[in-house]
Amino acid sequence: MPIKSLGNPYDDKVGLTHTSKCECADCAASKAGIQLTQKQRSELMERQADGVTQPTSTAQSQTAFPSSEDMMDQAIENAIVRGVFGQHDQSRRKFIRTVGGGTLAAALASVIPMDKVKAAVKEGMGPLEKTKLKVGFVPITCATPIIMAHPMGFYEKYGLDVEVIKTAGWAVARDKSLNGEYDASHMLTPMPLAMTMGAGSTAEPYLMPAVENINGQAIVLHNKHKDKRDPKQWKGFKFGVPFDYSMHNFLLRYYVAEFGLDPDKDIQIRVVPPPEMVANLRAGNLDGYLSPDPFNQRAVYEKVGFIHLLTKEIWEGHPCCAFACSQKFATEMPNTYAALFKSIVDATHYSANPANRSEISAAIAPKNYLNQPEVVIRQVLTGRYVDGLENKVLDVPDRIDFDPFPWHSMAVWILTQMKRWGYISGDVDYNSIAEQVYVASDTAKVMKDLGYEAPSKTYQNYTIMGKKFDYTQPDAYVNSFEIKR
Amino acid sequence: MTLNQKSTLVGFVFLAVLLGLWEGLNQPPAATEALTEFELLMGGVDKEARVPPPSSVLVRAWEELSDPFYDAGPNDKGIGIQLAYSLYRVLSGYLAAAAIAIPLGFVIGMSPLMYKALNPFIQVLRPISPLAWMPLALFIIKDSEQSAIFVIFICSIWPMLINTAFGVANVRSDWVRVAQTHELSQIRTALTVILPAAAPTILTGMRISIGIAWLVIVAAEMLVGGTGIGYYVWNEWNNLDLTSVIFSILMIGIVGMALDMALSAASRLVQYEE
Repeated sequence: MPIKSLGNPYDDKVGLTHTSKCECADCAASKAGIQLTQKQRSELMERQADGVTQPTSTAQSQTAFPSSEDMMDQAIENAIVRGVFGQHDQSRRKFIRTVGGGTLAAALASVIPMDKVKAAVKEGMGPLEKTKLKVGFVPITCATPIIMAHPMGFYEKYGLDVEVIKTAGWAVARDKSLNGEYDASHMLTPMPLAMTMGAGSTAEPYLMPAVENINGQAIVLHNKHKDKRDPKQWKGFKFGVPFDYSMHNFLLRYYVAEFGLDPDKDIQIRVVPPPEMVANLRAGNLDGYLSPDPFNQRAVYEKVGFIHLLTKEIWEGHPCCAFACSQKFATEMPNTYAALFKSIVDATHYSANPANRSEISAAIAPKNYLNQPEVVIRQVLTGRYVDGLENKVLDVPDRIDFDPFPWHSMAVWILTQMKRWGYISGDVDYNSIAEQVYVASDTAKVMKDLGYEAPSKTYQNYTIMGKKFDYTQPDAYVNSFEIKR
Repeated sequence: MTLNQKSTLVGFVFLAVLLGLWEGLNQPPAATEALTEFELLMGGVDKEARVPPPSSVLVRAWEELSDPFYDAGPNDKGIGIQLAYSLYRVLSGYLAAAAIAIPLGFVIGMSPLMYKALNPFIQVLRPISPLAWMPLALFIIKDSEQSAIFVIFICSIWPMLINTAFGVANVRSDWVRVAQTHELSQIRTALTVILPAAAPTILTGMRISIGIAWLVIVAAEMLVGGTGIGYYVWNEWNNLDLTSVIFSILMIGIVGMALDMALSAASRLVQYEE
């Protein structure tokens, strides 16, 4: 239940309980379905740009986005004041009218050490608006932090009782998120951008506070193509990717286009849910795919295909999957959101440590989670694997890695590719969409709170297959490609 | 030996030969020494994965059926729980469809005007694959559980509607005329003359519907996931675990047969001799 957290508890004109006529920012926003005005958006941008902190209790900043820290502070004061008056809002108002809000604040402060309480509550993550959550995941190793946080107790650590629910594919994950069955979900990094813009679905503002994994994908070909390692020989091939709005689709398109193949004319790209990739490859429906693991490794394990290339060779450190939730969830339940967010960042960092990878493999292989042979998962996570080509065991420890920081420049790159292949058209305001959806400064803050190192900037340039991507020149980058729409 | 006993015997011989061949032709080569790390990572020494023999399906069936109601988290429940979820969805959708289709079928069957007016709608809606409704249902209903039930509802409604209308329209006209000469009211005619006369046809429609509903639930649950026998199949396919897939196919067949037998027993109750 949303609490009326952000009214000033020392003001006799402000009610602290919700009624049907309630006009507080929370209620108004949820009635209006939360539409960002230009002003609110620019405020948000500004705050993200200078690295969080500031607003308090003006009406404006309530509808915009007070930092979770401030929201939590006021929520705690609120809870204390309401506690003192035993939920009788009328008597609180009467008391303030008689003695004044300042007196009340001072009186309370003299008996209750507010700052200590705040610190203590925040330590324990504050009063959670909701503890039972449903988080969706598609059963692939990219979701490792979201999944392992359950058996390994990371959600519990932050006071949450999270049910992680296996989802059949990305379209279902999107629909179940949009219709509110999931509080948050594992998604592909381009999905929250596409959903916020309304590309391929109804428009709903989404937040992506954390990237799940970087690298960790591969191009797999059917065993009969062992002699066709040069992509120029791939004309007429049928490839699978898990979703239109996926890094897999964009990386495959990028890769073949660099070899002079038009991904829409020279090859066929089909959307195939990850678990169905191996079966389709075996049946000869696909010549290959660029898909998430464990299905690349599984193709080798089943002796159906071989790993042609790890995607880290296309773009070292590329983002792939993400943790995302609606903006509505984040604003209505700031404490729950913060707790969930922290557990994900924490779990992601735990997953990043190579020393923990074997243990994690064992934790997420069972039926309730990935439902795969542990040996397959372990090959993916530890990077000690066989590729189906060479007769030896390979060692690539950073085959998959985990890094929660959602670089704004990653979003800009994704948008340039969406534009390049015609998924979005017209003038794209790259930076503002990137900054609205990828809440990098919040992530940095949480990372620092948890004692991890966080980058001090949110943009950087990349080199992808030898070609430079300059985040300040997105349109020029799009136009620099020979093959585009 | 009676014919029945002979046919049973022949049936068993067929089954034994079939399973024997299946078992015999699917033996993996025995590994003589311990697997090296490379072989382990490659998934064993076998050239490729094969269809599991019946003996491993039986072993799996024993494992699953000896503990059918375990619950190890939201994504791992026993086969009994999964089947119960599927049956619940099928019966809810099916009963809702019956509640609408049978009265509506009566109206259509009794009134040539309504029959002509509604027939085009029925003919257009009937051939739509139930799963084609799924995305629309998810979008409008905003709940995957209810969407699955809706899909069952929409696929079971047509056979019941058409059969009821057909049965009611084809009640022998002299019976209705006898009722008219006895000055029975419309409602009494419907309940005491037409309903018993049309009941066998109505039950045939219901029997077709439950078959279709059980067919559809597996596909619907594979799509929306979560619980149910369809999810179970999907989850095992996800792991390319054919042993479990074959076992669940058998379970789906057995439950489908049980549903059909229940309705066929019900239809024997309402049969009459002319």
